[in-house]
Amino acid sequence: MSQAPAPPVFRARGVTRVYRTGTVAVWALRGVDLDLAERELVVLLGASGSGKSTLVNILGGLDLPSEGRVFFRDRELTRASDRDLTLFRRDHVGFVFQFYNLVPSLTARENVALVTEIARNPMRPEEALERVGLSGRMDHFPAELSGGEQQRVAIARAIAKRPDVLLCDEPTGALDSATGVQVLAALHEVNRELGTATVLITHNAAIRKIAHRVIVLADGVVKSDTVNTTRIAPEQVSW
Amino acid sequence: MVGALDRKLVRDLGRIWAQTLAIALVLGCGIMMLVGAQATEQTLRDTQAAWYERHRFADVFTGVSRAPASVVSDIAALDGVAQAEGRISFGAMLDLDGMEEPATAQVLSLPQRPGLNLPLVQRGRLPAPDATSEVALNEPFAEAHGLFPGARFRAVLNGQLRELEVTGWVLSPEFVYTMAPGALLPDDRRFGLIWMPETSASAVMDMGSAVNQISLRLSRGADERAVIDAVDRMLDPWGGTGAYGRDRQSSHAFLESELQQLGVMAAFLPPIFLLVAAFLVNMVLGRLIALERAQIGLLKAIGYSAREIGWHYLKLALAIGVLGWAAGAGFGWWIAEAMIGLYADFFRFPFLIRSQGTGALWMGAALAAVTVLLGAGRAVWAALRLPPAEAMQPPAPPGFSRGPADRLLAWMQFRQTTMMIFRSILRWPARAAITLIGVSASVAVLVMSYFIFDSVDALSDTLFSQANRQHMTLTLADARPESAVRDAHALPGVTRAEGAFAMPVRLVNGHVARLSALQGHFPDATLTQLVDDAGRVITPPEDGLVIPETLAAALGVSPGEHLRVEMLAPPRRVLELPVRAVIQQGLGQEVHIAAPALFAAMETAPQVNTIHLSVREDQIPALHAAIKTTPAIAGLSDWSDLRRQFDATLAENLLAMVSIYTLIGALIAVGVVYNAARIQVAERSYELATLRVMGFSRLQVGYVLVGEMMLLTLIALPLGWVMGYGLAQGLVTTMSTDVIQLPFHISRRTFGFATLVVLVAALGAALLVRRRLDRVDLATALKARE
Repeated sequence: MSQAPAPPVFRARGVTRVYRTGTVAVWALRGVDLDLAERELVVLLGASGSGKSTLVNILGGLDLPSEGRVFFRDRELTRASDRDLTLFRRDHVGFVFQFYNLVPSLTARENVALVTEIARNPMRPEEALERVGLSGRMDHFPAELSGGEQQRVAIARAIAKRPDVLLCDEPTGALDSATGVQVLAALHEVNRELGTATVLITHNAAIRKIAHRVIVLADGVVKSDTVNTTRIAPEQVSW
Repeated sequence: MVGALDRKLVRDLGRIWAQTLAIALVLGCGIMMLVGAQATEQTLRDTQAAWYERHRFADVFTGVSRAPASVVSDIAALDGVAQAEGRISFGAMLDLDGMEEPATAQVLSLPQRPGLNLPLVQRGRLPAPDATSEVALNEPFAEAHGLFPGARFRAVLNGQLRELEVTGWVLSPEFVYTMAPGALLPDDRRFGLIWMPETSASAVMDMGSAVNQISLRLSRGADERAVIDAVDRMLDPWGGTGAYGRDRQSSHAFLESELQQLGVMAAFLPPIFLLVAAFLVNMVLGRLIALERAQIGLLKAIGYSAREIGWHYLKLALAIGVLGWAAGAGFGWWIAEAMIGLYADFFRFPFLIRSQGTGALWMGAALAAVTVLLGAGRAVWAALRLPPAEAMQPPAPPGFSRGPADRLLAWMQFRQTTMMIFRSILRWPARAAITLIGVSASVAVLVMSYFIFDSVDALSDTLFSQANRQHMTLTLADARPESAVRDAHALPGVTRAEGAFAMPVRLVNGHVARLSALQGHFPDATLTQLVDDAGRVITPPEDGLVIPETLAAALGVSPGEHLRVEMLAPPRRVLELPVRAVIQQGLGQEVHIAAPALFAAMETAPQVNTIHLSVREDQIPALHAAIKTTPAIAGLSDWSDLRRQFDATLAENLLAMVSIYTLIGALIAVGVVYNAARIQVAERSYELATLRVMGFSRLQVGYVLVGEMMLLTLIALPLGWVMGYGLAQGLVTTMSTDVIQLPFHISRRTFGFATLVVLVAALGAALLVRRRLDRVDLATALKARE
């Protein structure tokens, strides 16, 4: 890391996750160490089954490691109760998923309002939707929106609470290249303007260049951790 | 060799076992009631028929003041009469050891070779024909007092105190249901039947060879109406009190009334359960097929025919039907056994011919099959029509769009989780409607079940608190002048005595005739009042009749019209009297008139044949002792004791009945809400998991699921109240018999309790399903798309 050292948002040490089904044990993570700095945009690369999603789920408080410790700032997530993890997700984390995970019975605006109603210091749903360029589609239901639009609603929903971190699991995985670029641009802009630390999972290596740092996972271990000296704008990415 | 599809069937059933069970139980409830009621009814009917046939229960009965034996032979010779038999019958007051109050009995003479209404000896023997003090007792009475053969007791017979010896216990087809004249409930301790050899009965009553009761058996194909008319004409000079068929014979009428009510229960409730079960099958199978869209496409693609696939899903539905039918049949038999046991307390048969309700079983099987197939039909049809290529694609996402309802919802500014509830209902209105109908059916079944208690309460209140406020009623052996009331007032502890007068009559309108009693109401009476079902006190007008609605309907008369009233006791006049009012009268079929008008028509001085008493509690033993030795008194009813018995009988069965009704009523709500919630969870686990990921607590996410179920339940409540009200009204109409007309009365307590039970059941079912949300693995729920 050559940037000025900022206090880390996440600190993970020796994180191991084993899934046991019957007599079979699957090692998803084998002792991963990771720091995520404030305002940082990290791309997490790796083949399917490399442990990316498991790592992000653990950081986001959706899953607990079998071994190792994870800190969010000075709070240890690995010791938190189910209730504490719920509050942690509510107050600090924004999620974006490959399949958008919008509530089909709520309009774009209402999907965002879903989060702003329980957040502590949210922005207005309209403001969040403007940021992702959807002010014209606020009253449409998910079924009436394109894939890219749905994903941008999901991003608006994730950022409306002004989260400390944004965790995105394959956000462009279900989208074509042109639409994917729009979504990346939206994420990039949120990171730049709001300074939200962002982890972006992908198995698409073309995306790596928009990040401050690229971590490659393979077989549950960190294989490489590289800082990008030159970043490119999302609009320059194509696949 | 079990085919792959059948193996899939078994596993599918295993996977949705809880839902299958919930539907099978609702279906089973319907079958259970059908089989239970029919097995009970059939058992009682078969037993009744065999008992009547083997012991030659008569077809027509009549009383007469005193008729020579030759008249009996003349009647036997009538066209349509196969056999006639006369006997002597009279009331007796008994003095039994260990019983402070007097018991009463009806004494019946026993012909040397009885040909009709043959008593069956259960213990000991019949009295010897020439024995003067030997008698047989009806088994329940003897049992209640431990009067075994050889025991002796004292009785006042026609004014003489006599000691009698018990020779045996008998049962008779005439007394399956034994009630003292004028009583409301059977009481085996206070009322008994005594069979006495003809010669000694005749000596007691000084009857010579004359008789005062005649029974007859009709020949095959005889016209009962014509025989009754002929008998009445023939007995008129001898003081006939009007012949009647089995339908007016007290024991038979009560038994029939009970059997009719069983039939009504079998017809009323089961359809509701079957209907709900059909809806549930539709809901669950529809969901399963939607879920297995891709599999159906695949099966078609690899060459299974639409028929094979359709049959596969129909078999699933039939499996639910078989399960429900088997459970229903099993519980039905068990219920029948319990009900027959309950009836055995009231109806005495020497034997039981058990029926398994085979007809009901087959009918139940057919109904169960129709129910599940109807439920499955639409869903299966939809599956068959899917082209394989389309079926293998995932279904299109639910297309929500904005409608007028959205503007209203937006204006109301609900939280988004509440919006999700409303939108889900609006998006799947058919599914919401099934839940709604199911839950309201549950409320309706409960209202209809509980309301019976309100009606009985209302009846009891009218009967005991308003109509009859006396402590005791004395029945006199004969009509006496009004001075008898003053004599009664002089008895120990009596604080008030009021006379009353009733006369057996035949009411005739054109060619329709009915036997009844004409009740004379004294104007200054305060202990007894004529009260209608609504609790209004009715004062008979100065002239004319007040008659119960059912009787008015049978006779085809309305207020203002005239009725011919033929007195069936001295002075045996025939009057033409106007009908002044028609009233709703819960119990009995008697007709009312102001006493002065009655005596004016009879051209006699005022008379009484019953006396109502108000007494001091502490003097009751002395009063009982005095009554036992007063020959003019033929019978005694203790109203406070009657009320105790009435309440006790009710209380005895209340808890069991309420529990059973609550259980089956709540079962519908549980079955419906459980299935609806399971489907919601299956379809929306992904959506609900997303909420958890975004930081919603378990409670908040559970609210979306449970809230929808409870909202539908709340909407269903008023619907259920209205449905229950309608059903209860229908039930009252169909259950009313000549013996008893239940007043239609539903209390707020009934609505409240039904509401509470359904709310608790629905909430319980929804919360049970909500727990499944906790088990959803957040990390995987987000990745997996159905």
